[in-house]
Amino acid sequence: MSHSESPPVSSPPRDNDISLPDAPPLTGEEEGGSQSTPTNEQTNGTSTGSNINLDNLFDADSSDEEALNSSAAFATSSPPESSSSQNPPSSSLPTATAPLPGTTSAGGGAGAKYTDPQIMSQFYTRLFPFRTLFHWLNHSPKPSPSFSNREFAFTLSNDAYLRYQSYPTADLLRKDILRLIPSRFEIGPVYTANPRDRKTLRKSTAFRPLAKEVVFDIDLTDYDDIRTCCDKANICLKCWSFVTMSIKVVDAALREDFGFEHIMWVYSGRRGAHAWISDKVAREMDDEMRKALAGYLEVIKGGAQGGKRVNVKRPLHPHLVRSLALLRPYFQTVILEDQDPFESEKGAERLLSLLPDPALVAALRKKWDAAPGRSSNRKWADIDALAATGVSKTLDTKKLQEAKQDILLEYTYPRLDVEVSKKRIHLLKSPFVVHPGTGRVCVPITGNASTNPKEVESFDPLSVPTVTELLAQVDAYKSATSGADGDIMDGFVADGLSKVRKLLDWEKTDLKGYVERFDAFVKEVLRAEARGKREREEDGEGVHGVNGPDGMEF
Amino acid sequence: MIKSDIQRLDAKRRHVNERKKQFAVAVYKQQDYPHRLNFYELPPTSEISLEDFEQWAIHRLRILAEIEACSFRNKTPQETAAHIEPLLKKYLPLSANSAAAGGVIDQRLRDEREKDHYSHFILRLAFSGTEDLRRRFARVETMLFKLRYQTDDGRERRAFVESLNFDWEMVTGDEKRQLGEQLLAATPGVKKLDEENWFRVDWTLVPELVEYRTVFLRRGQAYVPMREQTSMIMTEFTNRLEKALELTSRAPRLDEDDRLSPILNHLTKNFATPDGAYNDSDAALPGAPINASNIDSLSQHFPLCMKNLHSTLRQNSHLKHFGRLQYTFFLKGIGLSLEDCLIFWRHSFKLITDDTFNKEYKYNIRHAYGDVGGDANRRGRGYSPYSCQKILTEHPPGPGEAHGCPYRHFSIDNLTSMLQATGVNERDVLKGVKEDVEKKRYHIACNRVFEWTHKGEIKKVKDDGTWEAAELDTIVHPNAYFKRSYLLRNLGKMAGDNVRTKE
Repeated sequence: MSHSESPPVSSPPRDNDISLPDAPPLTGEEEGGSQSTPTNEQTNGTSTGSNINLDNLFDADSSDEEALNSSAAFATSSPPESSSSQNPPSSSLPTATAPLPGTTSAGGGAGAKYTDPQIMSQFYTRLFPFRTLFHWLNHSPKPSPSFSNREFAFTLSNDAYLRYQSYPTADLLRKDILRLIPSRFEIGPVYTANPRDRKTLRKSTAFRPLAKEVVFDIDLTDYDDIRTCCDKANICLKCWSFVTMSIKVVDAALREDFGFEHIMWVYSGRRGAHAWISDKVAREMDDEMRKALAGYLEVIKGGAQGGKRVNVKRPLHPHLVRSLALLRPYFQTVILEDQDPFESEKGAERLLSLLPDPALVAALRKKWDAAPGRSSNRKWADIDALAATGVSKTLDTKKLQEAKQDILLEYTYPRLDVEVSKKRIHLLKSPFVVHPGTGRVCVPITGNASTNPKEVESFDPLSVPTVTELLAQVDAYKSATSGADGDIMDGFVADGLSKVRKLLDWEKTDLKGYVERFDAFVKEVLRAEARGKREREEDGEGVHGVNGPDGMEF
Repeated sequence: MIKSDIQRLDAKRRHVNERKKQFAVAVYKQQDYPHRLNFYELPPTSEISLEDFEQWAIHRLRILAEIEACSFRNKTPQETAAHIEPLLKKYLPLSANSAAAGGVIDQRLRDEREKDHYSHFILRLAFSGTEDLRRRFARVETMLFKLRYQTDDGRERRAFVESLNFDWEMVTGDEKRQLGEQLLAATPGVKKLDEENWFRVDWTLVPELVEYRTVFLRRGQAYVPMREQTSMIMTEFTNRLEKALELTSRAPRLDEDDRLSPILNHLTKNFATPDGAYNDSDAALPGAPINASNIDSLSQHFPLCMKNLHSTLRQNSHLKHFGRLQYTFFLKGIGLSLEDCLIFWRHSFKLITDDTFNKEYKYNIRHAYGDVGGDANRRGRGYSPYSCQKILTEHPPGPGEAHGCPYRHFSIDNLTSMLQATGVNERDVLKGVKEDVEKKRYHIACNRVFEWTHKGEIKKVKDDGTWEAAELDTIVHPNAYFKRSYLLRNLGKMAGDNVRTKE
């Protein structure tokens, strides 16, 4: 993972040497009771005011050294006003300073900060949805080999890489993650045997991957030759549109052509997105099928030297017809208007090189040379306008239209990193892991892009919460509620059985919506799995179920 | 997982009918080979002489080796068929039913089919030993099967396909009309709906068609035109054979049998890669100064693929993963030591820090040399340099990547300008290259360039008779290209005959 080159934008200079005062490594339940009193005092003692905040800052500094683990330190260092809306110069959680909207916040210094073991420890303790992750990978509430033979790979804070880890249950996974505090971790395939036992197996062939979700990886660096707004690791809302349209095209193909249903798109934390297809048939696909699937979706081929990148047969395959229809509006707005790739001389030359008719190309070149700085939109319109005037006698209008389709595809069609998709053994970063460079959590973009196209279109990677913001929100919630109602009401909620349940930490933060999205997706996976299992069993007995078990509950 | 379940059920079912089994006679029925083609589902059961055992196997092996050689030389299916045809007639004839009088299967047909059947199973025994052998065997057997399938009589082929009992569902007229436009758009070469019929299968049965987008897909079902049956049958053939080979490999060893195992061992050795693979003689250039600092000057001897990697590396001070892999193996192959290789890459990646280099790149280089990694990797001294075959067929370069074979992966314009940049400017050569590339004979194009570049030296060694014809054979490995180029340029300068190639 390369580090971002963008400068640290909004972090005050003091960030670098203040580490986060540690929360006691306790579970949420214990914190509430023991800390409510000091928090309360603190709240009373510090009313709103900048000078007080300054005092706080010193408090935090000194308490850092003395009592990192004491609950008192944690409490005193929780500024009462640091709710996300007010955003004061928060002293205790300096790293939580929200990045200004519209900027990428990953600086070199900040990168190290987000992987701070103490922050990560808190994140895993309080916010990471282990239970749902377990259900998702296990496809059933009861622990099974789908989970226990599954490989996890950890990147530790010293950059050591630990492969072939596996756990029988979600609790053991959680426990080990809390022990190791990886800066990120990846999910691998389910193997024929427990990955930890792989060396004890007599034959090397006895240990091989059996199943894994089919995954896709879209990375904006693959668009560097056509994106004009940013490059390398940087992104903005303009170029995120490339990801948005890729998701739509790939998702449509996966559902309509391949019949997959359980496709979750996850933000990769910096400049891309991952797809996880959890259908049973998808998980059990062998490498050859994965290669076929990746090949089916791959249209843009060839390296920098390859010349024309899109070579598709005519008539266009239905998948490409559909993709063109989906992409055409984006080409107008995202490419011609936002990216404006043909405005530069180099971009225009590339465009000309993709057009078929030499006479037309010459005429266009003459026209554009005469008026430099012409926008892409007008240049694109010029092609048809000039073709209509008949500058070229040899013009084949059908060829020209096809060339224009190819250009449209080259500039908009998804650029997938297909190697990731081709093999079961490929590891991919888990959802909800923190991206070490940006601090952003790898949140699900959508659990069902076909029914919720809005979730894809409105997803803003720059507003995805960072780990430090989230931790600040938990603290803010605590102080806000305890400030109002004393020590009892630290985040309780009435659940359906009229019992009062304690609010989980992630429910107090912006992560809530994302975790719920993940939950809903996983629930669908489990439901389908249970249905499949029941049908299989019934088939075995020769009884064919007629009623769809749609009303099944978990 | 599903597949193994099915197998297990099947095996169980065989035992189900206990009563029948009890009275079964232990004499195997002679198979009667109703079809010319054979899916080799049932192993042979009757006795044959040891001489036949060996002779038949050797005959089949000859055919298989030729087929493999054709594929390494990038011959088209037509060329391969033309090449193999006479050999098949000689060693492994297999006639259609119609060849016999009145279409009745006579003794001659039966003998041919028996030989085909037995030789296949003997070779299975010989080539089930390692994963690599199994894969190659399955591949060439499939190619052989395909050759025969395509030359089979239409009616007999249909009868054979029906005997296989595949689960294929025909697309009805209504559905066909409904999906008409999409079916036509997705099926290349079909202009009218009436010309073709489609059948519907799970898409996973036709991965090849899906990969190249030559089939219509809807909700996981592939609409396959009748004429694509071939591809499906081939896939099925390969799958079944691979599975069967896997089972054979787990069978008890034949070690005790001192009649068969020497023959089998001998056969296995004879299936050693005819070319394409790397052997040490491609590399060693004793006395040649090969170290990190003179790669630049040595690069004049590199084939175009490596020149391209080298110049890209110099331009960008970076190469992407597969480029690094291809180039590192090649450098290793020309005799660059691990230390020098590390120095070379460290100097080449000017833009990154030592720290990043050590963390992200060093391990992979050491892994390539077998310095780290699993036991198998270390014992095998890491990876072998890629052959042309591998470079041509695996991992085509994507955006920003520079690996692969320029003759195959460049557009013709870019290829021409690159050739010109490396000094190839004679029009005839460029024209020849263009023709070769259009015919997809990439390695011929590469050899053409080589021969042009070294025409003087080649003439000299030919006239002098210092090099045998075999030493000027077609180059199919980048490292062979380098070595030959280096030796030709340094004729007489190198320390005499003992450094010459023996290929």
